[in-house]
Amino acid sequence: MESLFKFIPIFPIISFLIIALLNRKLKVSVVTTLGSSSILLSFIFSLLAFIQVAQTQKGIDLHLFEWIHSGKFSASLAFLIDQLSSVFMLVITGVGFLIHIFSAGYMHHDDGIRRFFAYLNLFIAFMLFLVMGNNLLVMFIGWEGVGFCSFMLIGFWYKEKANNDAAKKAFIMNRIGDLGFLIAMCLTIYYFGTLDYKTLFQAGYIASMPVPDSTLTWITVCLFIGAIGKSAQIPLYTWLPDAMAGPTPVSALIHAATMVTAGIYMLARTNILFSLTPLTMEIVSIVGIATALLGASIGLFQNDIKKVLAYSTVSQLGLMFVALGVGAYSAAVFHVVTHAFFKALLFLGSGSVIHAMSGEQDIRKMGGLKAHLPTTHKTFLIGTLAISGIPPLAGFFSKDQILSAAFEHHTWLFALGLLVSMMTAFYMFRLYFLTFHGSFRGTQEQAHHLHESPLNMTFPLMVLAVLAIVAGFFGVPHVIGEHIGLHNSFQDFLAPVLGKSHSHLSAGTEWALMGFTTAIIIGMILWAKNLFVDKGILPASDAEMKGLKKTIYHKYYIDEFYNKVITQPLDKLSAFTQTSIDRKVVDGIVNNSGKGTQWLGQVFRKLQFGNTGYYALAFVIALICMFLLFI
Amino acid sequence: MQNLTGITINDYIILSTVLFCIGALGVMLRRNAIIIFMCVELMLNAVNVLLVAFSNHFGDSQAQVFVFFIMAVAAAEVAVGLAILIMIYRNAGTSDTDVLNKLKW
Repeated sequence: MESLFKFIPIFPIISFLIIALLNRKLKVSVVTTLGSSSILLSFIFSLLAFIQVAQTQKGIDLHLFEWIHSGKFSASLAFLIDQLSSVFMLVITGVGFLIHIFSAGYMHHDDGIRRFFAYLNLFIAFMLFLVMGNNLLVMFIGWEGVGFCSFMLIGFWYKEKANNDAAKKAFIMNRIGDLGFLIAMCLTIYYFGTLDYKTLFQAGYIASMPVPDSTLTWITVCLFIGAIGKSAQIPLYTWLPDAMAGPTPVSALIHAATMVTAGIYMLARTNILFSLTPLTMEIVSIVGIATALLGASIGLFQNDIKKVLAYSTVSQLGLMFVALGVGAYSAAVFHVVTHAFFKALLFLGSGSVIHAMSGEQDIRKMGGLKAHLPTTHKTFLIGTLAISGIPPLAGFFSKDQILSAAFEHHTWLFALGLLVSMMTAFYMFRLYFLTFHGSFRGTQEQAHHLHESPLNMTFPLMVLAVLAIVAGFFGVPHVIGEHIGLHNSFQDFLAPVLGKSHSHLSAGTEWALMGFTTAIIIGMILWAKNLFVDKGILPASDAEMKGLKKTIYHKYYIDEFYNKVITQPLDKLSAFTQTSIDRKVVDGIVNNSGKGTQWLGQVFRKLQFGNTGYYALAFVIALICMFLLFI
Repeated sequence: MQNLTGITINDYIILSTVLFCIGALGVMLRRNAIIIFMCVELMLNAVNVLLVAFSNHFGDSQAQVFVFFIMAVAAAEVAVGLAILIMIYRNAGTSDTDVLNKLKW
């Protein structure tokens, strides 16, 4: 049984190969069935693995083959299914399966649906490699693989230049982070001689090594740079909103639920290193809270339904990093899980809306969709409530854990986190009210076309909505849990990998924090309702905006800033090296060596003038010279 | 056997050197391909004379075997060479080597 678990990432690879190689020879229905069922199979095996891990409380080691062996260093292609990876595997295959089903409906009319499913399957396979690897190198395979799949899927509609630009931007930004990861790996090999989690993280191993603290700090900082790239934190976050150029299921799966959480997974996995370097932890929490604030504030004024969700993802990822930074690893992972549910739900819901609106994404042109899309409306509302943190939905419990951990660390961190939550509630309900309430503001043609999505699109929405409601009960905080007979089973489950953090807050403080947060969030929701439903205020058109609002709407002009400060000087440098170094020096060497050979040939071919007598003369003279030389 | 006629080995060496030089000069200076060909034969035979003379001088008959080989190979070579010459003459209408310089450059 155990040996079968190594096939978990192999199933999607097989179906990827079949779909990619046979492509047009397969019927669309075959492609969608095959693509989804391979993920379902992986999900079933992941579930079995999860159950086994939960029962035995031990990780499952799966060795495939020795990959690199050089001197004392060796790395295997091997998997380790422990508490942490089994949780991620369930989320990846579970949410992945639902999104595959949704895609079958959403992409039905698209000509490239086979290509789409091939990439999605490949993505799931690489993501599983990322979380299942038993050393950093296998994680890196997955890390690069998901980056590639993300690149291909953002530029899926490759006929438009903007999409290709977004894809390239995502890829390049990720490369910057990947370099950090790579350096961290090199440093780890150099100082610790291994990349295996088992060896590296066993108790006392790192302390037994004669490695200075500063080196450890550098390793963790480099790892964090990798996480910054993949998980879209300041300063490398700008690719994520642009990544919404891809099809909506891609945004849901890759750019909200799974790939962008790889950074969280990496930090949680290497938590032993991070716990030893308080300086890096401080950096992580500061970067996290700054990103959370930035993302949330930009989200307040966006008018594109997917852009709002994208910035909300950036901001939620920031919150997860805050949790990691204050050492609440299990809270961060818990938020990854609940966030995967409700953010996938929201993205798929927005996909359903966009589908019904025939591709329209501007919320100023929507409104009143409640009547036309009842199922989407209900599930979207659940997702919105969950992300805002209304009890007892999933988002409440995970966000509460993060905020109370932040409170324990520093009051300011809590205050800023609360501000983020307030903004989140506000912009999410702004989105919800503008989309589903009021009257329809689109064209006559769009109004005529409005329809609820087919069952294969609404079914995943319903499942995710249920998950977004119940997932929170696995991580009930102690103060509530003791009254209703539940405990924080999520934290207990992950404790062997992530360690157990005890809350030092008194029950009264915790109740107060929860009550305060919830009251403020409800206040924000009511304010949003007052503004966008009762008063019926509409966001201003692009031209009318001014002042701070305009600055925020244009994302603080960060893209323009990067363009001016980094991209354009680089372009100029490239242009300069092209004209001077490349054209003159490199081309000069190549061309002139060719010309020199040609000139030499011109000179020496005169020797072959065709008179046999002279050839014989030269022959005899040479012979005589040789004789003279040797005698 | 030695010096029956009063001719020493030096005389043979001089004879063959003279013959060889005549041959070599002929190859270098003459333009008619047939003459050049004859001069090549002259050089070969100059060597033959030398071989036989030394063979006699040292009383070792091995060198005479070489001479026969050279003569046999030369005969074969003449056959091939003359055939080539005929073909050249048919194609170019001449056997003047100064005219036959099409393969230069």
